[in-house]
Amino acid sequence: MADLTPLSAAKQRSLLDTGEVTSVELTQAHLDRITAVDDRVGAFLKVTGERALAQAAAIDKRRAAGESLGPLAGLPVAVKDVLCDEGEIVTCASRMLEHFRAPYDATVIAKLKAADAVLIGRTNMDEFAMGGSTENSAFQPTHNPWDLARSPGGSSGGSAAAVAACEAPLAIGTDTGGSIRQPAALCGVVGMKPTYGRVSRYGLVAFASSLDQVGPFARTVEDVALLYDAIAGHCDRDSTSANLEAKPTAPVVNEPLKGLRVGVVPEHYAEGLDPEVKAAIDAGVERYRDLGAEIVEVHLPHAAHGIATYYVIAPSEASSNLARYDGVHYGHRTDETAMHAELAAERKAAAETGDKAAIKKIDTALVRLYRKSRTEGFGPEVQRRIMLGVYALSEGYADAYYVKALQVRRLIRQDYDQAFEKVDVILGPTTPAPAFKLGELTDDPLSMYLLDLYTVSANLAGLPAISVPCGMSKSGLPIGLQLMAPPLEEERLLRAARMHEDAFGTAPLATL
Amino acid sequence: MSDYQTIVGLEVHVQLATKSKLFCGCPNRFGADPNTQVCPVCLGLPGSLPVINAEAVRLAVMTGVALDCTIPAYTKWDRKQYFYPDLPKGYQTSQFDLPITEHGALAIACDEQEPRTIRITRAHLEEDAGKSLHDESGAGGDTVIDLNRAGTPLLEIVSEPDLRSAAEAKAYLTELKLILGPEYLGVSDCNMQEGSLRVDANVNLHIDDPKKLGKSIATPIVEIKNLNSFRAVERAIEYEAQRQWRDWQETGRRIGEAPKQTRGWDDNAGKTIPQREKEESADYRYFPCPDLAPVLNPGLEVERVRLAMPELPAALRLRLVTDHGLSAYDADVLVNQGREVVDYFLTVAAESGDAKLAANWVTQHVLRVMNADGKSLEEVGLPPERLAGMIAKLTAGDLPSPRSREVFELMIADDLDTDAAMAKLGIAAVDESELVAICRELLLANPRVVADVEAGKQQAVGALIGQAKKRNPNADPGRVREICLELIAKGV
Repeated sequence: MADLTPLSAAKQRSLLDTGEVTSVELTQAHLDRITAVDDRVGAFLKVTGERALAQAAAIDKRRAAGESLGPLAGLPVAVKDVLCDEGEIVTCASRMLEHFRAPYDATVIAKLKAADAVLIGRTNMDEFAMGGSTENSAFQPTHNPWDLARSPGGSSGGSAAAVAACEAPLAIGTDTGGSIRQPAALCGVVGMKPTYGRVSRYGLVAFASSLDQVGPFARTVEDVALLYDAIAGHCDRDSTSANLEAKPTAPVVNEPLKGLRVGVVPEHYAEGLDPEVKAAIDAGVERYRDLGAEIVEVHLPHAAHGIATYYVIAPSEASSNLARYDGVHYGHRTDETAMHAELAAERKAAAETGDKAAIKKIDTALVRLYRKSRTEGFGPEVQRRIMLGVYALSEGYADAYYVKALQVRRLIRQDYDQAFEKVDVILGPTTPAPAFKLGELTDDPLSMYLLDLYTVSANLAGLPAISVPCGMSKSGLPIGLQLMAPPLEEERLLRAARMHEDAFGTAPLATL
Repeated sequence: MSDYQTIVGLEVHVQLATKSKLFCGCPNRFGADPNTQVCPVCLGLPGSLPVINAEAVRLAVMTGVALDCTIPAYTKWDRKQYFYPDLPKGYQTSQFDLPITEHGALAIACDEQEPRTIRITRAHLEEDAGKSLHDESGAGGDTVIDLNRAGTPLLEIVSEPDLRSAAEAKAYLTELKLILGPEYLGVSDCNMQEGSLRVDANVNLHIDDPKKLGKSIATPIVEIKNLNSFRAVERAIEYEAQRQWRDWQETGRRIGEAPKQTRGWDDNAGKTIPQREKEESADYRYFPCPDLAPVLNPGLEVERVRLAMPELPAALRLRLVTDHGLSAYDADVLVNQGREVVDYFLTVAAESGDAKLAANWVTQHVLRVMNADGKSLEEVGLPPERLAGMIAKLTAGDLPSPRSREVFELMIADDLDTDAAMAKLGIAAVDESELVAICRELLLANPRVVADVEAGKQQAVGALIGQAKKRNPNADPGRVREICLELIAKGV
């Protein structure tokens, strides 16, 4: 049989439906592909092969018995290692949760299981989703399938790379400031961040609660729609979940939008935009013009403050959300024997000097337990963001940082509300440049943060946004085009993205 | 010792009597085995999210209405952040700047003084922490954590520093407990032993300026914790006032010259003991909880709670005094027993037609039986209609008053109505003519008594009363006396 793994999920499903392949065969083909390439790509933290084959066999059996099956029946799906899956380890790519076994299913995982997806493995990410390169994983880097010396982007780099490398047709990621769209752009696949509140966050290990959103990766817009439909919808366990029915988008995704008004934003052409990216975006604009869309210039005057705003709000929430990892209840705890010995030595040394102030300054055992467990359990980027957040929320600083950031966030949302009075979607680059080299930015957190320039605003404003391939650099790296739509307009977003895909085509497959 | 005024503000935590916890479906129940009433949400496991318990919001609004608070249309949740092993998320979900209720008042009456209004600053909702169980054997064993209590709903009711004595603090707590407890609103069990009502007291002194320049001097505020009974609250405040007075005389330290101190009450030693002072004031880094939507309490819904609000103790006391002519004391006794006893009284009063007598019987006899035997009103087994029937017979003169207590006891003991009890005791109303005949007979047989009375010694009639009762045990002594005097006056 021809190689199944490069096929789209829709095509794979039709082969399953017609009985040309079984889910076990399809799952095995992907497991074989993972075996063949993942030692070079490093997309997966854990491949759940046995469970996947058992799920596939059960689905094949039900299919043979003529039972009705879910919309993802038999299709392999890779999941970012940040969603709770009952009985499985959920590491968040952190030493802190290296051995943490989730006792319950995230709503998204429950929905995937209900849709009869085959959960093939857990993908790599930046620790607790903090980062844009997947280099902040405590366990391994992930390599960009287009150039193994380069980063796949992040924080959902494992999911993007798995799809780009045909290790899975579909993958789940999360996007707090661009963590789906940026790696999708850098890996030449499609990735969508739905409207905040559209997909349940229950069971998603929180980074920044007001910004986090779960979303789909695939190699085609249609496949993204298929996966999105399976996970979207109201959830009683998530108070921030939109209490609205999420209508299926897959049945209509191939219908072009008539009279589409596409907004282009001069502020997007900021300093630092790679000329090749600019050219590819310009070409994307022309494609829409050729399709009969109206191109309208709109302004987002507060867009320039997006990064600053984001890097106050996200760390503030993170500093609170990550307080629970204290070594007391679960997760990493420092070696207590060594800790007590260390404290005893410090007390002895201080006693010998007779310095009472120094003795008083020594941590209590509890404080030292917290300090050491957290210092050992969290990597440097996570620690950096916790410290940023604690500072931004501190008494005397909160008004200048956190409260001010909330105000700017409202202004950014207003910019979009006004822009969407004139246009249906807003088009721009997903990232300022194509994939960078692994290690290139690890010592320069500020440059790394600036890669989120075009993506954070959608999170701050709660909008749905998608990245689709729109060109290749001369050095053979994919370039992504971002579309944004008003809240809850995923259907419009997907149909507009599909129009571009129809004109441009999907990105070619990376050769590995 | 009129040199200073004691200033007290109370922070009262009441655990709301909801079925489930504040943010998850776990049972809100006391006394289960450790860590059995827990789920991913109250354990603070990665990925879990809170969902607000609407019943807790309703009970908080009820409390706010009962305490005359304003109920803002918009209230939100904030995270109060600190590390402690029994706080699984590293923060407590609470309310910082926009509490669910604020600016209330509670009237208290203390030592028969005019009622005073104590202002209530705010009452806000928050989740409780778990419990740390320390090894108290001294062997240095591990501290263990029970998270059953984590996430149970608390309402923190903060008073202004309007209380002026330990007795007032006790009166405030007693009234608060009466309103919120099972007797009236039932928003909480208000059980101090089980921790469903917890009190912290902030105490300082306002000392008259020795130079008489008019302004008093405030001593540093001390927060007293570990108060396990109302009695402990009273004793601790009294102790603390004296301690601060001595401290002032020794050090002259004023408010602001020493950090706010936390002291624990040692009930056995009868004194407050300093708890570890925080070197710097804690920064809780409050910020709005991004996992919870703000709560909207539209005026209409608040109005609905207001309309459904049962009559509260203060209004009930007033009604008993003004509408039923009860003494303030009797009204207080009845109302403090709870709504059930008040309703019982109202039925007895209505059916018997004599509210004062009804109040006497309920407060003196029914409550005596309840208290002596630790019985509920229902367990006493005297339906209000029966008591009313007895009182009606009493006022009509059909039941001789000296025998009423016997009838009352028998009605309870044998589950009888008044007629049956009287029949069993052989009590029958004595016919007036029979009584006159008996009196006449006795006077004729006792000319000495007649002579004494005629000589002005009316009390001589007393010698005949016992004899009259021998002839007919139902003879009313008062009536016998009256008839005898009348007969003598008429010349027998």
